[in-house]
Amino acid sequence: MVQPLVDSTTPEPAASAGQPLLEFDQVGLEYPFEGSMRQIIQSVDLSIQPGEFVSFVGPSGCGKTSILRMVSGLNPAPIGEVRCRGQRISKPLKNVGIAFQNPVMLPWRNTLSNVMLPLEIVSPYKQEMHRKKAEFVHMAQDLLSTVRLQDFQKQYPWQLSGGMRQRASLCRALIHQPEILLLDEPFGALDAFTREEMWVMLQALWMRVKCVGILITHDLREAVFLSDKVYVMSSRPSTIIYETRIDLPRPRTLEMELSDEFNHYFSTIRRHIQH
Amino acid sequence: MEKFLKSKSAGFILPFIATIALFVLWELIVILFKIPPFNLPAPSDIFQAMINFAPQLTVNAFRTLWTTMLGFVLAVGVGVILGFLIGYSKVAYLTLYPLLVAFNTIPKAAIVPLLAIWFGANAIPATLTAFLLAFFPIAVNVALGLDTVEPEMKDVLRSLGASQLETFQKVGWPHSLPYIFASLKIAASFAFIGTVISESVASNAGLGYLIVQATSSFDIPLAFAALLILALMGTLLYVFFVFVEKKVIYWAR
Ligand SMILES: Nc1ncnc2c1ncn2[C@@H]1O[C@H](COP(=O)(O)OP(=O)(O)O)[C@@H](O)[C@H]1O
Ligand SMILES: [Mg+2]
Repeated sequence: MVQPLVDSTTPEPAASAGQPLLEFDQVGLEYPFEGSMRQIIQSVDLSIQPGEFVSFVGPSGCGKTSILRMVSGLNPAPIGEVRCRGQRISKPLKNVGIAFQNPVMLPWRNTLSNVMLPLEIVSPYKQEMHRKKAEFVHMAQDLLSTVRLQDFQKQYPWQLSGGMRQRASLCRALIHQPEILLLDEPFGALDAFTREEMWVMLQALWMRVKCVGILITHDLREAVFLSDKVYVMSSRPSTIIYETRIDLPRPRTLEMELSDEFNHYFSTIRRHIQH
Repeated sequence: MEKFLKSKSAGFILPFIATIALFVLWELIVILFKIPPFNLPAPSDIFQAMINFAPQLTVNAFRTLWTTMLGFVLAVGVGVILGFLIGYSKVAYLTLYPLLVAFNTIPKAAIVPLLAIWFGANAIPATLTAFLLAFFPIAVNVALGLDTVEPEMKDVLRSLGASQLETFQKVGWPHSLPYIFASLKIAASFAFIGTVISESVASNAGLGYLIVQATSSFDIPLAFAALLILALMGTLLYVFFVFVEKKVIYWAR
């Protein structure tokens, strides 16, 4: 069952064509507010293909985090439905990778063992933990060296910088080969230089695992750099007001940020953001 | 001086010196004001009593120690289970927690006579009182430890499909450990208090019993000797937990 981490030479899964992995169907969200219901999100419709990396950008409070939580099933969509492989998501999906702005790690485990946590919980890895321990350690070390943490495996979280912890938490989010990677402003707390480095490393990680990636961010450059598709949400009550495919070749490099094409994507998206 | 304060030995040497100084001061005051031994015995009288009554003190100290430890171990077991239930089950939280709080407000000294009627004047009421006093802080702290796991960490586990037991094992339990140790240190002294209360009301042995016997025959130095031994046992247990805590919770610097 355990596939080796896909290396970057395997052909990309055909985007666009075929059955979508995730579908949003008339998704809405409301919360009680001063006696009546306040609409947060109204009628989001979209679909995400296997292997696609998409970003959601929009003003704060428009419901981006809520969208992620609907996909993860941590808070299923109250109005409309989100489907994974045609199945309505009504409880937490298993086998999802998540990373937040706060890169929570277990302080009693070193980096390597933190990264390996999902393998102790998710099937089939959990059952194979004893038999394939060495192989699993190797998988974790592989991911850690992709984010240049190979020399910090034995370090504890308090011995790592915020950026390093976030890199480790990305590895943890991906080690069990999830079908979906959910990222909620993962680099929001990092400085600009660290952040750009993180983009490159995240892309490298994601290109190995080839899962669906959903990124919430308020950094439009980050969205353009990482995504196949960017969705722009309006302010409350929000919906998707603009979407664009980013046709930059992969792997993308930081030099591309200076290209006209990149800046064209950036400024078009920027124009659609409301405040 | 700065360097000494930072060193490990300072934590032992300073309290030791303070204790000696206290005893010396005490001795001087007793001599100076000519306080009779049946009011306040001098430390020298107390140590003399310790030597004279060594066998009695030892037997009763052991009795108090094992009843306390038994009650304490029970308290840890029950406290952890209750804390787990309260921390993880909404139903248990809503039903059990108010009952526990209500129960905890009952002064345990008031229950001892009942325990004595039910179980007789022996080690059972003492063990139970120790247990009753000690389990509450443990339960509350386990629940608190489980509750204070970062919400992000809970989300990570839920989205991996972790069962409640797995969540407890991998995250909740280790996360609660610092809270548990904080409570163990409190609970240990509570357990001693419980045992001694019970022994002084209804028992046939133990330091609490000995203190009551000694005071009623005006053997105040012996009562003080028993008190001193109690303080020593309580402190040793506390130090033991501090030591184990340092070993177990290696990540909390
Ligand atoms: N549990 C809740 N109760 C009431 N309102 C909520 C709750 N959770 C979120 N909201 C509201 O939903 C809106 C969207 O929240 P969120 O998805 O976190 O926004 P974003 O991530 O885009 O900043 C916010 O305006 C917030 O006030
Ligand atoms: Mg948010």
